[in-house]
Amino acid sequence: MKPLEAIRIAWEAIFKNKIRSLLTMLGIIIGVAAVIIMIAISAGTEATIQDQITSLGSNLVFVQGSMTRGGPGQAPSGGLVYDDAAAIQDGVSDVKAVVVEQNSSETVKAGDVTLEDIEILGTTTGFPSVRDMEIAEGRYFNETEIERKSKVVILGSSVAEELFGESSPIGEYIKVGNTQLAVIGVFTEKGLVGNTDFDSRIYMPISVVFQKFTPSMFARFMGDSVRMIYVEVEEGADQDAIIANIERLLIKRHDVTADTEDFTITTQQDIISTRESTTSAFRSLLAWVAGVSLIVGGIGIMNIMLVSVTERTREIGIRQAVGATPADIRLQFLTEALMLSIVGGLIGTLVGVGGSYIFGALSDMRTVIQPASILLAFGSAAAVGAFFGYYPANQAAQLDPIEALRYE
Amino acid sequence: MSATIIEIVDITKVYGMGDISVAALNGVSMKIEAGEFVAIMGPSGSGKSTLMHILGCLSQPSSGQYILDGEDVSNLDKAELAAVRNRKLGFIFQAYNLLARTSALRNVTLPLLYNHADAKVSVEEGDQKAHAMLELVGLGDRIHHQPHELSGGQQQRVAIARALINDPIMVIADEPTGNLDSRSGEEIMNLLHTLHRQGTTIVMVTHDPKIAAHTQRTITLKDGVIDEITHNGKHVGRNTIPLHSQWEGAA
Repeated sequence: MKPLEAIRIAWEAIFKNKIRSLLTMLGIIIGVAAVIIMIAISAGTEATIQDQITSLGSNLVFVQGSMTRGGPGQAPSGGLVYDDAAAIQDGVSDVKAVVVEQNSSETVKAGDVTLEDIEILGTTTGFPSVRDMEIAEGRYFNETEIERKSKVVILGSSVAEELFGESSPIGEYIKVGNTQLAVIGVFTEKGLVGNTDFDSRIYMPISVVFQKFTPSMFARFMGDSVRMIYVEVEEGADQDAIIANIERLLIKRHDVTADTEDFTITTQQDIISTRESTTSAFRSLLAWVAGVSLIVGGIGIMNIMLVSVTERTREIGIRQAVGATPADIRLQFLTEALMLSIVGGLIGTLVGVGGSYIFGALSDMRTVIQPASILLAFGSAAAVGAFFGYYPANQAAQLDPIEALRYE
Repeated sequence: MSATIIEIVDITKVYGMGDISVAALNGVSMKIEAGEFVAIMGPSGSGKSTLMHILGCLSQPSSGQYILDGEDVSNLDKAELAAVRNRKLGFIFQAYNLLARTSALRNVTLPLLYNHADAKVSVEEGDQKAHAMLELVGLGDRIHHQPHELSGGQQQRVAIARALINDPIMVIADEPTGNLDSRSGEEIMNLLHTLHRQGTTIVMVTHDPKIAAHTQRTITLKDGVIDEITHNGKHVGRNTIPLHSQWEGAA
């Protein structure tokens, strides 16, 4: 039998049982659509994360302090201190800017509005540039205000709205703990970056935080501890060499060894790779779930093909009587199973692509359709059809012509 | 000059295994010459259906030799048997056995689909030939009708056209009039007579002596062996050799 004839016969057989064929294909349709949509969603999530991280600026090195208790007879180490930043700026080449950050939390009051547990971020002048924040209203504080420990504050957009509503907070005073601060600016909305909500914090000179909100017992001897130092490196500089230099410098300053480091250094790239490995794990999980539904679809095809072989036993007998070989019969039923899965795969692809667009448009989640996912889903659908179609086709091919012709 | 189309020698067919085996055929030998119209008769259980299945290459003998058109087909595999059925045999069944929801034309072209040896026959040529065959059986105006739109007699004519499409050397008819009223049955018998006169070899299985009387030679089976052979109604004994061969053998 010519392959083209097999396709024609299979098409006719599928078309004669429209409803049944459609129901049989449904498993494959759902499976293929699920694979495409799920991969589109996780690719969209990944792209969103990537955008957020890239928005930090691409040539940042993060130095983060980690508390260690210190051994017997040793003072506990507070990790990074404020002077480390200056030391990095002065002692490491190719460093463009250094920004320091220390945080705390306090109750914030303005008029009769009280907000509990608001995160306070003390920082330096370079902060808006390294974290890509923009002033919506008013201004950011300057070097002089840091030196003079001026009681000024810049509000995150949602804090500003909760405290002052629609009216402008510039020139107003807020009480943070027991300290009165003048509002000099408001940041534009930034949203979540990673797990941090940049809009529900307040920002002030780091010297004020040291003085009023995180006074340290050891500050006199060791300097004021800071949570994070952002090191912006020169464009095109060797990041690995800079990291090594920072590490060497801090080990020396903190009097620790490489094994007892009280800080960690990460780069943008590290964060991206961590995120990527999480999302790719997530993605392969989703693909597995979708793959299982494809297999279920395949079992559906096998079931219907077995029913079809039984129902059409007489037809098989007739074909055998006029000269169809076992191979002809096998080809016919295998083609039919393949066609069910391929047509199902096509419909599933349309549903999956359409569904991804609609889902992306209707929800907050972004979807990015991956051409590879279409190939993967479609290819597995065809493979499932061939795999689950073979057994029924073989059953049909093995029928005895006399028995088949007698079948009522 | 007639040629031997079928020669079977001491054919047996045993169903089942071991203690409960049943012999449906118990040593049957015969010859059929080209152009003959032969009836195989016998009560149910006589082995006539089994013999027909073996003659039609639908099953194989347990022992014995079957030479069809000079080729020993006793030991062919399934695919080879299918090819022999396709190229050399045409079937007419009691229940017509047409494909449902398929036009008369497509039913007639069905054997062409499986004609591996002669794959160069184009679809157009096949359709033309099928059309001609349907004309031949008097259904030239019904080629696009589906079986359920045709009467029993008409369906059987489609089956006859299908049996002829690959120019078989022999047509095997299994109770061809069994499902038909007497008038349609007569028409089918007339059609078979016409085909016979045009040179087609026909082997017909029937249990009806009136139908068998249409043929030149009747072979009656009983309990798996040949019980009687009649030629044009005259008893010629238990011999398994056709009449003229017998004369030749006696000379």
